[in-house]
Amino acid sequence: MSVDTGSALPPAISVAGLRRVYETKPQPVVALAGVDLEVRPGEFFGLLGPNGAGKTTLIKILTTLLLPTSGEARIFGFDVSTESNRIRRIMNMVAGGEQSGYGILTVREQLWMFTQFYGLEAREGWRRVDELIEAVGMGDQRLQRVSTLSTGQRQKMNMARGLLNDPWILFLDEPTLGLDVAAARGIRDLVLAWKAAVPGRTVLLTTHYMAEADELCERIAIVDHGRILAIGTPDELKKRVQRESIFRLEVDHLDGGAPSLARLPGVVSASLAADSDPEQQRVAVNLVLTEDAALGAVVSALGGLGSQILALRKSEPTLEDVFVELVGRGFSEETEPPVPVGAEA
Amino acid sequence: MSAIPVDRARVDRSAVFAHSRGGTDPRTAARWTRRQVAANNMRALIGRAYPRVRGMVREPSWLFFEILLPFLTTSAFVFVYRALQAPEAYIGFVVLGGALSAFWLNVVWMMAGQLYWEKSQGNLELYFAAPMNLMAILLGMAIGGLVMSSLRAAAVLVISTLVYGVTFSVDQWLLVVVVFVLTLSALYGLGMMLASLFLLWGREAFHMTNVLIEPVYFVSGLNFPVGRLGALGALAIATLPFAVGLDAMRQLVFAGQPYITGTPSPELEALILLGMTIVFTLLARWTIHRIERIARHRGTLSIRWQ
Repeated sequence: MSVDTGSALPPAISVAGLRRVYETKPQPVVALAGVDLEVRPGEFFGLLGPNGAGKTTLIKILTTLLLPTSGEARIFGFDVSTESNRIRRIMNMVAGGEQSGYGILTVREQLWMFTQFYGLEAREGWRRVDELIEAVGMGDQRLQRVSTLSTGQRQKMNMARGLLNDPWILFLDEPTLGLDVAAARGIRDLVLAWKAAVPGRTVLLTTHYMAEADELCERIAIVDHGRILAIGTPDELKKRVQRESIFRLEVDHLDGGAPSLARLPGVVSASLAADSDPEQQRVAVNLVLTEDAALGAVVSALGGLGSQILALRKSEPTLEDVFVELVGRGFSEETEPPVPVGAEA
Repeated sequence: MSAIPVDRARVDRSAVFAHSRGGTDPRTAARWTRRQVAANNMRALIGRAYPRVRGMVREPSWLFFEILLPFLTTSAFVFVYRALQAPEAYIGFVVLGGALSAFWLNVVWMMAGQLYWEKSQGNLELYFAAPMNLMAILLGMAIGGLVMSSLRAAAVLVISTLVYGVTFSVDQWLLVVVVFVLTLSALYGLGMMLASLFLLWGREAFHMTNVLIEPVYFVSGLNFPVGRLGALGALAIATLPFAVGLDAMRQLVFAGQPYITGTPSPELEALILLGMTIVFTLLARWTIHRIERIARHRGTLSIRWQ
């Protein structure tokens, strides 16, 4: 849960009617087509969407690297267009696949260089660098040249860079892009530990990894074609597509087959799963119930039929199901080109 | 600075992450005093100069490329002049030109293209997103390059002087120092301005680099007194810090040489250099802030893929 750092504090991120149009040829492209968003201080917020959805454009505007074409965006009440200097003092950002810095420097030297950009006194900078190098688990690479780091090590170093100025808001743009499972987990653990250490720290994460957003984020906005299609907690979003309760039931035998369950009150449908194997005394049934409470009638009926329950598992929808429901296509499917000006919905 | 030993067993990650230099809340943390802003800019300047100096120490191969090769180029002109039985003073002119060319080459090759290179590396957007003034980054680049070029210039000057027996005659030491400092200020002011322009123009600007080397060497009188070029030389002195700085230095360190004629006095040239320093630095400041606005408006400059 996010921590309330005081009712007087403005939203960590406040975006209203935000549009961004790139003046490209042959025709301008709308990257953001009117985004409204509010992120509370202390919240871990995710932007989930396929490539080209507008996530990076939004993050570039919030990090003061791009100006909006129209609309307004504020970070802790500071306008991104006119108060960029103040925002830059309290934020930092890390992007996946980032190759920033100078390969000739060691990890320690490179991080120290960045402390100077944030105004840390020289000795304090070295001390902070040494502490963070240990905290992100790069003690063995501290004197290694940046050019010789692996992708995972480099991203850990980038994370340390992002934390050098103790930002109040951290923007993470696909931070685990291209990392193996262990390295990605390491980055996620790191971010969670850092955020938990001080109440009020806010994280905005963009990702197209569903599981990552599900694991990390308190709230998620699903973005596509420059628009926010839905905002909510992962559970709220999943409930949008789960109107019935879905269970997978495994029993040793089932006299009368699946139809014997389909007739029960509260059961919408019951069908034999493809991997059922009655000869091995394992019959699997997919059950769709109007609500969880209807399961009681199913269990009683199975007792009456003399069936022994081997396993019972509730099927949860994934964020991908939510995305498919919202936009009518999967994440991995080819995305349509960005929306040209004039063709917006 | 040597590594501060860290007892790994005592590193408490949650304690490290709990560190907060940013005040009690983000609104307070975002408000800096003028002193904090100035300190931030000064530290950013040092921070940006750091990789240049560090790289120089770490990659000694530069000694070969940056000293031996320019020495050979200078030597070629020395041999030509000697073969032509030119006055011995010309050997001194060539040696001084060879030494000062280190700064011009650094400005054109390293400074001018630096921001473009930073963009392609992904550093530029981190600079834009950090709280310091971008002029601090430009000055840091300039100072880092200046340290490197000074070593090269000194090495070429000393080696060539010893090998070819050049004698200097200085009457106004203070003015020599003033002119030298002003020459570097004007040169690196121009370099800072070119860095922004090259970023704006992109790859096309690198064709400009070629234009800026040999023709500028010629009109600046790299290997001969620029006064010999007449009106062209006068135009160079009015516009190119390398030309005016080199001519003033020649007048001052080879005092009384009859071959340096047709150019303003070193005092006047010092004033020209001062004017150039002010103009180029102000233009650099204006240009980099203009570039930042363009970058944020178009989204085409700071972001690597655009």
